[in-house]
Amino acid sequence: MATIAAAPTYAPSTAASNTGMWSWITTVDHKRIAVMYLYTSLFFFMFGGLEAVIIRTQLIAPNGTILNAEIYNQLMTMHGTTMIFLAVMPLSAVFFNFLIPLQIGARDVAFPRLNAFSYWVYLFGGIVITMPIFFALAPNAGWFGYAPLTTPQFSPGVNIDYWVIGLQILGISSLAAGFNFITTIINMRAPGMNLMRMPIFTWMALVTQFLIILAFPAITVALIFLQFDRFFGTQFYAIAAGADPLLWQHLFWIFGHPEVYILVLPAFGLVSEIIPTFSRKPLFGYPVMVYSGILIGFLGFGVWAHHMFAVGMGPIADTMFSMMTLLIAIPTGVKIFNWISTMWGGALRFTTAMLFAIGLVSLFTIGGISGVMHGSPPADLQQTDTYFVVAHFHYVLFGGSIMAIFGGIYLYFPKMFGRLMNETLGKWHFWLYFIGMNLTFFPMHYAGMLGMPRRIYRYDGGQGWELFNLISTIGSYMLVVATAIFVYNFFRSRRSGAIATSDPWGAGTLEWSIPSPAPEYNFAEIPTVRSRYPVWDIKSSEHGAHEIPHGELGEIHMRDHSMDTASTEVEPAPKSAKELGIVLPNNTVMPAIAALSIALSSLGLVLMRNENKTVGVVWSVVSAIMIFVSIYYWMTTPLEDEH
Amino acid sequence: MATTAHAGTVDPHKGHHYTTTGLDNRKIGLWAFLGSECMLFGTLIATYLSYKGKSVAGPRPHEWVCAATNVVSDSPIANCVGQMFTPILDIPVTSASTFVLLMSSLAMVLSHNAVVHKNVPKNTFWERVRGSSKLWLAMTAFLGMAFLAFQTYEFTSFYHEGLKLSTNLFGSSFFTLTGFHGGHVTFGVLWLWTLFAIDVKRGLGPDDATNVDLLALYWHFVDVVWIAIFTLVYLIK
Amino acid sequence: MGHSSDQSVAARLPDAEVHHPTWQTYVWVGVLLTVITIVEVSAYYIPAWETSRVYVPSMLFLSSIKFIVVVLVYMHLKYDHKIFRALFTGPFVVSIITIIALLFLFGQISIQVGGAG
Repeated sequence: MATIAAAPTYAPSTAASNTGMWSWITTVDHKRIAVMYLYTSLFFFMFGGLEAVIIRTQLIAPNGTILNAEIYNQLMTMHGTTMIFLAVMPLSAVFFNFLIPLQIGARDVAFPRLNAFSYWVYLFGGIVITMPIFFALAPNAGWFGYAPLTTPQFSPGVNIDYWVIGLQILGISSLAAGFNFITTIINMRAPGMNLMRMPIFTWMALVTQFLIILAFPAITVALIFLQFDRFFGTQFYAIAAGADPLLWQHLFWIFGHPEVYILVLPAFGLVSEIIPTFSRKPLFGYPVMVYSGILIGFLGFGVWAHHMFAVGMGPIADTMFSMMTLLIAIPTGVKIFNWISTMWGGALRFTTAMLFAIGLVSLFTIGGISGVMHGSPPADLQQTDTYFVVAHFHYVLFGGSIMAIFGGIYLYFPKMFGRLMNETLGKWHFWLYFIGMNLTFFPMHYAGMLGMPRRIYRYDGGQGWELFNLISTIGSYMLVVATAIFVYNFFRSRRSGAIATSDPWGAGTLEWSIPSPAPEYNFAEIPTVRSRYPVWDIKSSEHGAHEIPHGELGEIHMRDHSMDTASTEVEPAPKSAKELGIVLPNNTVMPAIAALSIALSSLGLVLMRNENKTVGVVWSVVSAIMIFVSIYYWMTTPLEDEH
Repeated sequence: MATTAHAGTVDPHKGHHYTTTGLDNRKIGLWAFLGSECMLFGTLIATYLSYKGKSVAGPRPHEWVCAATNVVSDSPIANCVGQMFTPILDIPVTSASTFVLLMSSLAMVLSHNAVVHKNVPKNTFWERVRGSSKLWLAMTAFLGMAFLAFQTYEFTSFYHEGLKLSTNLFGSSFFTLTGFHGGHVTFGVLWLWTLFAIDVKRGLGPDDATNVDLLALYWHFVDVVWIAIFTLVYLIK
Repeated sequence: MGHSSDQSVAARLPDAEVHHPTWQTYVWVGVLLTVITIVEVSAYYIPAWETSRVYVPSMLFLSSIKFIVVVLVYMHLKYDHKIFRALFTGPFVVSIITIIALLFLFGQISIQVGGAG
């Protein structure tokens, strides 16, 4: 420990046994799982983005000819499905995985192997749902998959089969992660980390997990019905048998609206970390931020039918759901004003992360306001199924979630990889995103108001939509350029970015008290927490320094970390877990095998329906046995060695 | 460095299994899971209730047949003398299976009790009976299997009466709801026999209380779901 | 099963285990559950009760007593840590409200004013 590494200045903290492909497949370390989530979800983000760009190219001018209706439907469906389930949710999961244990002062999540399982289920589920597009067999009924359109009567092909089982598999991943993170946050907090000292990101993550475990059962049931209708001949969605055509819509939106908050609350959490850091002020109105997050979560379950104003539910239902919808604007508005108040009078530093956070505050406000507009049924009847709605939810999900997630990546890149991302390229990325995003989505408000319907694969000229569509498409190309810059910056910084100190931004929460990149055991000693911004307390008062034992050094670096010029000082490599006598969970491949078997067994259903019944049954039975065997080994192997 | 890192460290800082609340992680995770299951079964029940009486074709859960006109209806038929009420749902059999499941919950809670008080000396025969976790675990498992047997009988008889998964909305929603519940019971029975096997192999003691508690919570939850299903599906027409 | 029996068990023993009810309580609860079930099933066969307006509310009432007793006593929610109560009650309430709203929307629960559903 006394030796200080010379060059290279940052010594890898991982032992030799922790490298190579196999170590990644078998890892149960929440930080490595977070990195796998990051790469996978960024890949899917770009994949979904590519689909969007092809759609935009088709729509650049009237009567586009590069896509036919069928392929357009597949691309449109896969764009929505990919972005929601394979990109934004798992991008949030990157931060759940990486940050929750670090922010609450824990060595790992409550169930490390279940955590690995969640990732692998996500990966294989994503593959199941994405593969068919390479054979032009992708799901083609929209990301909402309305039944009876998706019943075998109207969608006889294999396309929807993949969609149903793919989403079902992804649901397992989200639910498993939900139970895991709830337990982690409730039960793994360091001493002194009471609920009202918890970093706001962790709070929003907690609310999000409750939304997940309550919303996903609804879509699970809706999908089970659809699965049974498709594979076993039930009649849940068969109108001729007396089924209600609204059943799917209700069940789907009982899930679907909380899902919106599942996508955006983690983003709110990230912004609530970024803004105080770069304003050098504690978050304004912390308790109100917590309560408004919880309130958003609760109200989120009472508004689902505002997606269905146009189906004719009657005046009472419309009024109730409209009122609830408008109510949600209050806690959301509270958050916006609290972020502004945090910045007010602060020592602002406009780093890339900060720019993205401010981007969220402004763009989400626009999306929020258009949301209030169609929260009113009379207005909604004009706007529903037009591009106005497309504009609205892209302001919320791109302007909200994606902006915050990229802000989060710039902020936490050093903690993940030990190096800083390039700020100049980052700012190019931000401004191109900001401008490109507005160019893409703002004109859609106008196109929608002029009556352009959603989900059409071509349109006639002379309706006043040409200019808006042209601008939108140009904007989407800017987004592609910006994303390319980001990818370049990411890999360049990963290899040769400036070395990061433990707290390169001067942030105040617990994760910044340990070295960058975080050592495998996170905290050499579990800290005791006495405030919301423990690291700031230490920096401001000498005598408090012993309260947060500082990772590898046991003391606090008091030097000023300027953010753009990385410190040239050398931080010694942290000790390994073995040297410190910390017992970590053993690696195991069982979660990955269990996840793979789950995906395979579901594919058996597709075989059963579309190919050969016997082969399908055998396939499913064999993979079901694999599930049981792998889970048996998982359950009977201790998590860690005896100590 | 060594001084700050090691001086005066107590359990919370070094202890690997420190938890904030002092509770077992798995129990918290399980309760969260049960909360989530409320929504799952709630949605299934809501669908069953919404679809009640909407089937275009029979058989229906409760039918009235008018002998004179041969009219079949979901509700009592007006202007028909001597109409017959013919529920397809077999109330006597299901009441018996409900009783069986309730008693399995009692046996489950007694096995938990037995495991917790394993080290208390037992003097009389009845104290030994009460303190036998093997007996109560096996009893719970057998009662659970009896419930499944009742359900198999019920499903088979429905099948012979012409009600299949694909017959009508009633068949689809009824079999899916009760089938999901039966699946949960099956999983519980497997779990019970696993714990029983461990008990036979090395004996369960107070240290295993949480292990048994987890199963007990799951089992009781499956029981309360059946309490709701029995009333909402079987008893209310 | 990885880690269960160590110091944390001792830490929560006084709280969680001592206040548990005795086996007599469990048996009495079992008797109560049986009696309520008998009453419910009898009601089904008593035409005067079965056709009356109070039948459905009384059935819901009786079964919710069973539900609550099992959850409080058998599942120890009455005696256990408050975090468990919160973890179960919160989702349970959200589920119940959602189901009731759903039944309203499907018109299975009729309301007098207006024409919802």
